[in-house]
Amino acid sequence: MSRSFFRRRKSCPFSGPNAPTIDYKDVKLLGRFLSERGKIVPSRITAVSNKKQRALARAIKRARYLGLIPYVIK
Amino acid sequence: MPLYESVFIARQDIAAPQVDTLTDNIQTLIEDHGGSIAKREYWGLRSLAHKIKKNRKGHYSLLNIDAPAEAIHEMERQMRINEDVLRYLTVRMDELEEGPSVIMRSRSSDDRPRRGPRSEGGDRPSAGDGPDAKEAPVAAAEVPATEAESPAVEAETPVVEEEGGDK
Repeated sequence: MSRSFFRRRKSCPFSGPNAPTIDYKDVKLLGRFLSERGKIVPSRITAVSNKKQRALARAIKRARYLGLIPYVIK
Repeated sequence: MPLYESVFIARQDIAAPQVDTLTDNIQTLIEDHGGSIAKREYWGLRSLAHKIKKNRKGHYSLLNIDAPAEAIHEMERQMRINEDVLRYLTVRMDELEEGPSVIMRSRSSDDRPRRGPRSEGGDRPSAGDGPDAKEAPVAAAEVPATEAESPAVEAETPVVEEEGGDK
């Protein structure tokens, strides 16, 4: 039973060749790591590595500060 | 000299040429302090994702700067004084980005399909079924894409719980 629930561990979307660079101006890319409410999705769901998650969070917060993405989506 | 990338948002009430002169002032200021501007970008009047100083829209500009820290301090001081500048963000970069930034690239590619249906919508009564047939598949393709995203995220969490239960 438990075997059917086994899922291959996804690799970090920001590591490896031709991985996108994290940039606070890239609204489209950042949007993939935001919930419907505009919250940052935890890395255990998106499989982003610890280091990249910190860089991603920083980029998202910069984008919010500049009004590129909202703080909350109501 | 360290490299910086600076984005500032100007008030929506001022015209685009005024933003240009504002950027010119910053450029001369940086050059007076012994720095140089590698790239200037004007992103145009964009709507803000949230209100900033009671403004709903703003003129976005980006500058790639190679200048000593004192020049950046002076530039930021001037931007704080200037009421036309709603917000600024200066980030130190390891290397400056060559060519147009993501916003400029996405604008040139994104705007065309977005503008297309809008102008077609205006033509619809005269153009007939043509634009409708084109628009329908696009709308159909977009909706499942967004829906497919959220179930995938929801499906993930129960799996985690199952694994924990097994252990």
